[in-house]
Order: sequence, then C-alpha cells, then structure tokens
Amino acid sequence: MELSGSEILVQFLKDEGVEFIFGYPGGAVLHIYDALHQQDDVKHILVRHEQGATHAADGYARATGKPGVALVTSGPGATNAITGIATAYMDSIPMVVISGQVPSGMIGSDAFQEVDAIGCTRPCVKHNFLVKDINKLADTLKKAFYVATTGRPGPVLVDLPKDITAPQIKVPYKYPKKVSMRSYNPTVKGHPRQVKKAVEVLLSAKRPIIYSGGGVILGNASEELRKVTHKLGFPITETLMGLGGFPGTDKQNLGMLGMHGTYEANMAMHDCDVLFAVGARFDDRITGDTSKFCPHATIIHIDIDPASISKTINADIPIVGEVKTVLSEMVKILAEKDLPKSRSSALESWWKKIESWRKQDCLAYDKTSKHIKPQSVIETLYEVTGGDAYITSDVGQHQMFAAQFYKFDKPRRWINSGGLGTMGFGLPAAMGVKLAFPNSDVACVTGEGSIQMCIQELSTCLQYDLPIKVINLNNRYLGMVRQWQEFFYEKRYSHSYMDALPDFVKLAESYGHVGIRVEDPADLQSAMEEAFSLKDRLVFLDVITDQTENVYPMIHAGAAHNSMEISPQHKKKLGAINPDGELA
Amino acid sequence: MRHIISLLVENESGALSRIAGLFSARGYNIESLTVATTEDPTLSRMTIVTIGSDRIIEQITKQLNKLIDVVKLQDMTEGNFIEREMMFVKIRAEGESKRSEIQRLSDIFRARIIDVTDSTFCVELTGSGGKLDAYIKTLHDGDVIEIVRSGSMGITRGVKALTL
Repeated sequence: MELSGSEILVQFLKDEGVEFIFGYPGGAVLHIYDALHQQDDVKHILVRHEQGATHAADGYARATGKPGVALVTSGPGATNAITGIATAYMDSIPMVVISGQVPSGMIGSDAFQEVDAIGCTRPCVKHNFLVKDINKLADTLKKAFYVATTGRPGPVLVDLPKDITAPQIKVPYKYPKKVSMRSYNPTVKGHPRQVKKAVEVLLSAKRPIIYSGGGVILGNASEELRKVTHKLGFPITETLMGLGGFPGTDKQNLGMLGMHGTYEANMAMHDCDVLFAVGARFDDRITGDTSKFCPHATIIHIDIDPASISKTINADIPIVGEVKTVLSEMVKILAEKDLPKSRSSALESWWKKIESWRKQDCLAYDKTSKHIKPQSVIETLYEVTGGDAYITSDVGQHQMFAAQFYKFDKPRRWINSGGLGTMGFGLPAAMGVKLAFPNSDVACVTGEGSIQMCIQELSTCLQYDLPIKVINLNNRYLGMVRQWQEFFYEKRYSHSYMDALPDFVKLAESYGHVGIRVEDPADLQSAMEEAFSLKDRLVFLDVITDQTENVYPMIHAGAAHNSMEISPQHKKKLGAINPDGELA
Repeated sequence: MRHIISLLVENESGALSRIAGLFSARGYNIESLTVATTEDPTLSRMTIVTIGSDRIIEQITKQLNKLIDVVKLQDMTEGNFIEREMMFVKIRAEGESKRSEIQRLSDIFRARIIDVTDSTFCVELTGSGGKLDAYIKTLHDGDVIEIVRSGSMGITRGVKALTL
C-alpha cells in the first residue's frame, strides 16, 4: 500500500489503536489535517490552546494507562505545547506529541513559524525524533510509542517537516508490529537475591512503613501492592502521585505523607526502622531535610528507573524492576513463608503508637465557621460522588485539600500535576478523562487562579459535549502563595490577591454551560447535588470559600518529618499530648 | 574524584547535544569531551572527563545510560586503563639559543616539531594530561602563542573492551 506521509501517520495511529488525538491546526500540519479529515477512526479533538492539547492527552493517559496523543503545528504550536510536555515528563506519563516543522530545506533559515522543537523540548522529553526520511516515518512512530510506554514512561516528541507529510510523495506502508532498539532495553524483573533479601528485612521489621508512589499507578500494580500490604499487616502511606494505589479507606492506610501529609504518616516515617519504598522517587516535597529523613530506617527501594535509586536518599536494598513484577514475586515468596497468625508484639505496639497519632485528627477544621471551608467542599464532593469520581485538579491549596479529603479507593482516579505543579492542568486533563470515560463522573477541583490559566477550554467542552463538573474553590487569593506569605513573609501579601475576577457564573453561561454560585455553607450540599444531577451539562460550581484557611499539617521546607506546623484545631488537643507525640 | 567515562552512542544528529545538555541541566562538570565515529559508522565513541563525588558519578553514569542514544557506557577509572591526550603548541622561537632549548625540551618529552617558521615552532605532544601540563610549565609564559588540546581519550588495558 503506497501512502503519503500524512496518510502514513493517520493509518499508523489507527493501527496503533489510538482513539483520540488532541490538537490545533496550523501551516506546517495542514497536510496532516487534510488526511485526518478523510477518515473517522481517529477522532481529533480541537482544543483552544496547545497547552490544553497536551494536558488533555496527559489526562487521557493517566486515566486509561494508554498513551495520550497530541498534534501541534510548528513554532508557537510547539512552544505552547511545552508546558504540557514538561508536566507529563515530571510525572512519567506516556504521551506522543506530533509537531509540524517547516520543510526540511528551510530548517535553520529562521523561516516563518520555525522553532527548533527538538532542541526546545530536549530537556523535558524522554526522547524526541526529527523525521528526515519518509521511508523511516512508520518505524520512527513505532519507536516513539514504544519508548513512551515502556520502562519509566514519558513524553516523546516526533517533529515532522512539512515536505515529509506532502500528499505528492507516496511510499509503501506496512504497520511495524515489532520494534527493536539496541540502546533501549528497560529492566523488568527485579534481581531475585535482592527481592529475597528485601522480604527477609521486611519480616524482621519492628516499626515498618510502606511508602508507595506514582510508580504503583503507572505500573498497574495496585492489586499486588494490596496483597503485599495486607499480608504483611504494615502501615502504608502514599505520595501525592500514589493516591489510589492502595485503598484510601483501608485502615492500614495512613494517608498522604510529606509537606502536607498527615501527622500519623509523617511521624511514622520519622520513627520507622524499615522503609519500604515502592515506585516512589524521594522527591523534596516528601523528604524535607534529607539529612533528617527516616533516621533509623533500613531502606528498601523498588523502582524501574535505576537513576531514581539512591539519587537523593541512599537505598540499602535497591531493586531495579517493574513494581508489578517485583511485588508479585514478593507475594509468591510471602505465600511460602509461615507468617504468624497474629501480629508480632513489636508490630502490635507500633500500631498502637500510630493509632495514638491518628487519634489527634490532624485534618480537623472549624466546622462552625460562617464561611464555607474548602475542606468541607471536598468532603461534600466525596459524599455526592460516592467516592467514585475521577478527580482532576490544578495546583495550590485546593489540590492539597482534594488529596487529603477525597479518599481514593481505586488507582487512576486522582489526576494532578504533582512534579511540575502546573496551574491550568485540571480542566483540559478532565476533558481527556471524560472522553475516555463518558459515563463516569469527572470533576475538576480548581481555584480561581488556576482555572483562568486554561479557561478557554470551556469552549472545547461545549463543542464535544463534555459534562465535566468544575469545582472552583474561590477564595480570591492565590491560596498557597498567600499561605507561604503568611508564614514566612510576615503577612506581606505580595501579588497573591486576585482582584478584578470575572463573574464565573456568567462566564460559564457565556460559554454555553451552567454556572452555580454558593456562598452559604448551608447551600453547599444541595448545590453539589444539583451540579451532579445535571448529567449532560458542564456545571461550573463557583464556591466562595474562607479566605484565611491554610493547609495543615505543614512541614516547612527543609525541616524534618516530626516537626510539623499543625492546625489550630489540632493544637487544642496538644495539651493532652505527651512529648512523644502520643495522646495521654 | 576525576573520572573518565567512555560511551558508545548512536551516530545521530542531536546525540551530542543530549549528552552536553544533560551535564548542564543537572549541573555536572565536564573537564573535557571528545567524540568521533568508530569502525562501525552507526556508532560514535565519546570520552568524557568529569569530576564529582562517588554519588555524583553514580548519578552521571545512570543518567547517561538512561539516554536513548547511549548504547554502552564504561567508567574507565574503575579498572586499569590507558589515557592519552594530544596537544599542539605554537611557541615563539627566535634566536639560536631559544630554538635549541625548545628542541631539547621537546626531545625530553618526546614531542615532535611539526611546523617551523623563522620565528615560531609548532610542537605536537601526546601523553597523559599531567605530562602535557608539565611540558607547558617548562615554557616561558611569554613564549606560548597558542595551545590546542584534544581532551583525553581512554582505553582499557587487557582483553576487555568497550564494544557492542
């Protein structure tokens, strides 16, 4: 079959099983758009800004586990896409971005809408390709998908000069079923001796904790993690990226750890004697001061990326391999061991200590306030959706409240920009999720600052009939910035106030959606119910929240896990707490 | 510590910038970097001399290995190896005594004079970085017109080799 470059691209995407491609046309990709126009198998979603295209593809990938695909034009199309590419890179999300390029002969001439897309994206892609020969196009595309989806996943960019996609030049096409790259062979299986050694250390632990991260979600290893955790009877804490990897409502789950993690999770981290890190990368928001991190612990670390092991924190027992494969191996080894029916006395007293920390109820907040508390919005969202919605978020206080208060029982339900912290991520990401799961509830938890960074995508939502629920925690402040200014800059609120906000209800209406404003705590429940009862409409719920609320607990940057700033409600209980942090 | 890392990389445009970009993005040192094609035209061989603690060097080798264009990597410093660097020096050489002094010095260092004018010599010298430094030290500061150093390359001693 002889096809043009554009036809090869479209046919390849079909053969690869790509359902959706998020994009925006422009000069350098017009040939491709013409080929897209002549078929129905690959559905193109026209976004309103290329950043939205990459975030939407990213959201789709996070929710489905399949690679997200974006298509952008050369020059500004490519540069606009970079924020989304970097977002996916930091969170290891499989994504393939096709960018148009000026014709091969004009590369380097400062042509109209020319930018060195390979150079611009190099530091924030897993790999990128410039296609210079149409005969290599299909193989290159296959390599792009292979690299994006295997090993530690990540975004891959394929830059296509316009002459490569021209309709006049046709070459034979055959879908490349297999791909081999001599320089790229990710490790899958963990070293058997290391795995055995790890299990022995786990079984002899007195104060263990499991610390699981995004690798569990990306590696589809939740089931294996659940088995190992239940079998061992250990407490488990999850990173922001790992939420849902282990059921949030399970008693063994201490919730999130790190800068805004729970008191019990952070205290347990500090005191543990064995730390079992599963698909997590010891990010600075987790570790705080690395010299004071888990001072008594033997550290076991499973990661698919050797470079993540002993990068910031030295691992005593490193295991390079797929989390799923390594954990299943552990399940097998544990099944052969005779574990005592009841917990050992050491583990029993460890749990007692943890329960005393947990009893302090570190997430307590003022429920008598006449203002709507942001925490109560997330709790209401949790109730109304039965804890079973896909929640995307932007970045800031609302993101932390969502992470703390929505108890994710399933993986791939919590979709947020953890590594890069990209404001503007939530709404376009929700589009990708809603397209993948049209019959599920999809809510974007956002703030009045973040939502304005990609609000143009409300138009895309109307065009493709995507009834997302936007939950806007509107406190008229860049809340997290304000919080830091309150704590560390003596309340000098420099440019953190959002003046001249639009009327979000009218704005939603002008985009053809439903807008609802809530100002009274008494109306919150009914408004949330109304939003979710309008099944086929996008509802923008503008919730006017308390301007002064802070996210607690908080480990100040560079502090140890056991020195947390706690909420006023938590402090009230402090009188009853002895110096070991236990309730008397 | 100083490490010499040898790499086999895909001979493709962009491979060099990925490697150089990795060093600048992560704040690693490069003392020297040399690159040329090998007997296999699809592969380039690169030698990077870098300085860092054991922890940094471990990260450098892991991050380099992670690059898709890097096919194989070896830290020469982990075993026995031979290191050589090449240098050209253009030296002011006026007057009989100076000219013979430079010739004598060059003989001691087994350097070769490869170009001569009535006022200059161009000297070629191969050896370890330390040897090249020592040669430069013997010259008077005012006499050195130009120095070109290739950067180090390394190869392991014995049967073991960095090949596919």
